[in-house]
Amino acid sequence: MSTFVRRVATAIRRCFSTPAAAAVTVVVAAIAAAIVIPLARWALVHATWSGGADACRRAGGGACWAFIGHKAGFILFGLYPAAQRWRPGLAAAVLVALVVCTALPRFWTKWLLAAWAFGLALAFFVMHGGIGLTVVPTQQWGGLPVTIMLTALGLAGGFPIAILLALGRRSRRPLPRVAAGAIVEVVRGVPLIAVLYVAVLVFPLALPTGLSVDKLALAQAAVIVFASAYLAEAVRSGLQLVPARRLDAGLALGLGWWQTMQRIVLPEALRTVLPSFISIAVGFFQDTSLIVIIGLFDLLNTARSAAQDPNWLGFYTEAFVFVGAIYFCGSAALSRYGLWLERRMARAHPGAHVPRPLSLTAAPPE
Amino acid sequence: MRPPSLRRDAVLQGLGLGLTAAVVWWLARNTGASLAQRGLTLGFGFLRHPANFEIGDTWWLRFSPADSVGRAIVVGLLNTALVSALGCVLAIAVGFVAGILRLSPNPALRGLVRAAVEIVRNTPLLLLLLFLAASLHALPPPRQALSPVHGVFLSDRGLVLPAVSVSRWTILFVVAAVGALVLRRPLGRWWWVAPAAFAAAALVSAVVRPPVTTVARLRGFNFAGGVTLSPELAALLAALVLHQSAHISEVVRGAVLAVPRGQRDAAGALGMSRWQTLRLVVMPVALRAMVPLLATNCVSLIKNSSLAVAIGFPDVVSILNTAGNQTGHSIETMLIMIAVYLSLSLLVAAALGRYNAHLLRTGTAIS
Repeated sequence: MSTFVRRVATAIRRCFSTPAAAAVTVVVAAIAAAIVIPLARWALVHATWSGGADACRRAGGGACWAFIGHKAGFILFGLYPAAQRWRPGLAAAVLVALVVCTALPRFWTKWLLAAWAFGLALAFFVMHGGIGLTVVPTQQWGGLPVTIMLTALGLAGGFPIAILLALGRRSRRPLPRVAAGAIVEVVRGVPLIAVLYVAVLVFPLALPTGLSVDKLALAQAAVIVFASAYLAEAVRSGLQLVPARRLDAGLALGLGWWQTMQRIVLPEALRTVLPSFISIAVGFFQDTSLIVIIGLFDLLNTARSAAQDPNWLGFYTEAFVFVGAIYFCGSAALSRYGLWLERRMARAHPGAHVPRPLSLTAAPPE
Repeated sequence: MRPPSLRRDAVLQGLGLGLTAAVVWWLARNTGASLAQRGLTLGFGFLRHPANFEIGDTWWLRFSPADSVGRAIVVGLLNTALVSALGCVLAIAVGFVAGILRLSPNPALRGLVRAAVEIVRNTPLLLLLLFLAASLHALPPPRQALSPVHGVFLSDRGLVLPAVSVSRWTILFVVAAVGALVLRRPLGRWWWVAPAAFAAAALVSAVVRPPVTTVARLRGFNFAGGVTLSPELAALLAALVLHQSAHISEVVRGAVLAVPRGQRDAAGALGMSRWQTLRLVVMPVALRAMVPLLATNCVSLIKNSSLAVAIGFPDVVSILNTAGNQTGHSIETMLIMIAVYLSLSLLVAAALGRYNAHLLRTGTAIS
């Protein structure tokens, strides 16, 4: 506690160290007050916490949190039948638990793969239904579970493909090198929207006539492909940082090429680029919102639709602030985790030179 | 390890190639069947057919529904180019200021900028875009327009700014001068001649036909004069600039921090002020480290401008999508979309490669 007090005291002293600094501080304080005070009046003082749309309109001026109270279920779970909302809630909790376990180094064992397989099966069963549970088609899925599913499954599914693509690009055989290079460059060269359009509009044409694939599944596949290309570049830069003598040493010990990769080269390569995986994950968590454009209901689209309810017109700010806060918490938590991981790695290998390919984008905190 | 067997290698790769070809053939056959079922044929002939849809925002080129699909796509390309060019310039400017402010010794200033950057960085761009578009549409009509500065109006018709009309020749010469500056032969002795000549020509043309400024005035229910950015364009531009400048500020801050501390200390020991140190010692080194990252940020801004389709701004993606839906040629329109963005990315990658080679050759790379 005392260190905290001392740090605050130092910060305040620095704010007023010279007359010029004091003047800047006063201006900054004025700007902050001009933003925070009206915001607080809107969000807290004049806000309406209960009642219907009329109560909000009568109050006038303040935030209408009653709207969020009415619509939270829809924003979080979309068109999922209201009586069954515990199911998407449980599925989202399972996925979040999987992600949290994956994030903690103590769980980095073989069992993690089994946990993912089991957790994904459980989440899908709970969401979709069958055996005793009413079946809910994917058209009714929406909100937070869809956002988390697209992100988590996109990254988890993209990861193995990314490793194959990265190894392919570094292969001395022309076929895998050209094929992997083309896939990665094309996917990274176009916007996510283009990939989503191709998946939803063009790909179904290339399937046998009469066969139709679920739109959400197509979007998920598009996200997996997109994620794999970005992860592949990160993996490749990690592989480049592993000295060639590691591979030679492994081969000299009589290990096969795959075994050397799996036991020696890949673990080191992946560890060094963990921080860039985290920033890719943060980007994907936010970018899954693009499925709004192909008409699927993720967290952002449910918020937008809630704000378009004719009974509650005009309260879009509240809806966007609500989901914005959810996105903020998720992204900020992931970024914090990335910093924690980086510091932990630096401590675990104090002497080792940890190359940081993205050091310019992820500068250390002051 | 077994000695690499060439024959096994060739057989395996041949098998892989055959498998790929088989999958592609299967997909192509299915596509052919699907198209035949819908009575469609592949081909780019539809580009010459009339478009039959309206385009809300047009810059530089006029457009009416009777014009061809191809012309519509060009209008979309120009819209994307406009948003990208303005967006990149503004985002770099704002990002630079924010990045430098984040390095301020004053914790209050640093904290305020950091809070803003963190909020933007941790929320999706699309959320910001939808929110800004909804807010701009909810503004009062022109008669009660907000006017923060003389000549600038914010209303539900969009953002009205004073217009500066510059003669075509001036624009042409300025573009040529910048182009000549970018494409100059590095370290050539006469590198300055072409850019200087174009700049002088621009100056002469500006004196011969001076730029005219017109300020918008409220007339009836709308504005006359000035230049109007539609709510969609204003929202798109604002969202892209806010989002990308938050990322660019991190790049700027990181690059400045990556300059070895000794250089700053040395400048301080020579009696330079903080500002002088930043401008004369740190920035020249940091800028070189920044250029590739700034370029990738610009490319991602251009790719992100495709989010325009979510708020109905007619950028190239939005128009290609409309054209594909209307004519049924979505395969062809998707191919055009991919070609447009891919050629852009490859172009930037090539330019960056050249720049890196230049840094290595001149020995000015930061290590």
